[in-house]
Amino acid sequence: MKTSTRKGIVQAVGFFALRAAMGLVLAILILFLYDIGKKGGGAISWEFLTQAPRRGMTEGGILPAIVGTFLVTLITAVLSVPLGMSAAIYLHEYARQSRLTRFIRLSIRNLSGVPSIVYGLFGVILFVNVMRFGTSILSAGLTLGLMTLPWTITASEEALKTIPDSYREGALALGATKWQTIRTNVLPYAVPGMLTGTVLGLARAAGETAPILFTGAAFFLPFLPKSPRDQFMALPYHLYIMATQHHAIQQVRPLAYGTALVLILLVLGMNMTAVVLRYRLRRKQR
Amino acid sequence: MQKRTRRRLKEAAIRAFFSACGLLAVLVLAGIFLTLVATALPAFREIKLSEFILKTNWDPTSPEKAEYGILSMVVSTLMVTGGALLLAVPIGIAVAAYLSDVAHWRVREILKPVVEVLAGIPSVVIGFLGIVLIGPFLARIFHTGNGLNALNGSVLLAIMALPTIISISEDSLNAVPKAYNEASLALGASRWQTLLRVKLPAGLSGIIAATMLGMGRAIGETMTVLMATGNARAFPHGFLDSVRTMTSGIAIELGEVPYYTTHYYALFAIGLVLFVITFAVNLVADVVLRKYQERER
Repeated sequence: MKTSTRKGIVQAVGFFALRAAMGLVLAILILFLYDIGKKGGGAISWEFLTQAPRRGMTEGGILPAIVGTFLVTLITAVLSVPLGMSAAIYLHEYARQSRLTRFIRLSIRNLSGVPSIVYGLFGVILFVNVMRFGTSILSAGLTLGLMTLPWTITASEEALKTIPDSYREGALALGATKWQTIRTNVLPYAVPGMLTGTVLGLARAAGETAPILFTGAAFFLPFLPKSPRDQFMALPYHLYIMATQHHAIQQVRPLAYGTALVLILLVLGMNMTAVVLRYRLRRKQR
Repeated sequence: MQKRTRRRLKEAAIRAFFSACGLLAVLVLAGIFLTLVATALPAFREIKLSEFILKTNWDPTSPEKAEYGILSMVVSTLMVTGGALLLAVPIGIAVAAYLSDVAHWRVREILKPVVEVLAGIPSVVIGFLGIVLIGPFLARIFHTGNGLNALNGSVLLAIMALPTIISISEDSLNAVPKAYNEASLALGASRWQTLLRVKLPAGLSGIIAATMLGMGRAIGETMTVLMATGNARAFPHGFLDSVRTMTSGIAIELGEVPYYTTHYYALFAIGLVLFVITFAVNLVADVVLRKYQERER
């Protein structure tokens, strides 16, 4: 009797500790979102979202940074999405399990562990110097595109895995070639899922700073970029500048909070969209 | 007949295209490594390799004698990372255990995506919160200046590593066969005892892999440590010292350094060291993870 009461008490204390750990993590998340939401919310106005910074970035808005982040993410998508999907099609539809595919998969997993600043270094050499794109939206977008590639491949392959083999067998049995089968009986059902997974990767890319530090992001530009060869302002880089490099840091703190809120809303918004789309998709597939 | 050959050619071309895309990941990985090696090597025309690795002074712009020792940065990186893991691993395992063994499934379905939200916050925002929120909080507790020190970096990196550690640990706890759980309970062990003595040991390899993956992330993280650890170049003597990690070192100096100088090449050499360390850590994590997944099958 006595040991069983003790056992019960130990269990109660233990489970309490586990609950406390969960509570701590939730508290941190809520504290973060609350702080940024409250102080950033005060800074956001129509003017903040639609105007360029003024007076040495102590006034005005962040429009060039919003547009820059949008454009750079677009270039990221243009590189990463088709290549990532094609690589996934190779791995899942064409390749047989072999030493080569195991090696490719290992490379993909390792690529996703390469530090983002190392991608930045690679981008400086490959895109800025060797390909002579200079520091530009193009260089930054391509650098981010390479960084998101492993995520895009993995997400696309997951989507291909959900397509039942009977779809493929049906087409092959009717005499369709491999590519006809993929084009008519696999891709139409897999592409929505592929795109959903891709959006998650793009959201992460949109919030990245280290890879664009030296490949194209600019401290301050009074105008919007006109060509892919222009430098650009980006939300994450702008937040970094406003938080650490500005000459009047305390004065511009509200603007930094506002930038942080817009960035978080953008990234979490993209995440949320992907999650909702995926949920809908799964229901439809059932 | 001709139509058939043409069709076969087309199929072969399409197949070749997809194969090339499939090989892209290998090419990019090899490209990154070779580029780093090629750009780092010229640095060692002027710097002795032993000095680069073993000296603590990094002062490439010194007017008297430029010094290129990365040891302080390496130690700073390891310190901030180690501190982050000390905080994140116990909390992460506890949360994973809560989600897998204590929480009602409905609660779990809500809490899991909520934890994922934490993973979605960009690192530059976490760094910002380190400056305005966590740093000042730590400064008040430890009576230091502005709280921009190694401890601040560790706390922030721990928060960033938590989602990875939680989700992989939870998966590995859930993968422990139900029979283990039932056998333990049938022998009269409490749920707590079962968790502690049966499920955690059985899921250990997954938890180790999760820790390694979190470690790889923490070592390579740039913006958070750049913003929140103060970036002093001196050799760190404690967690309340301001530190400059390898990643911050690159981020601070690459923007100002003239191209094709020894200093420029040396920054790529730091990048190479960073690449090699994270590569090794991720590879070990991968091997551990595969092993345990194979065993589960």
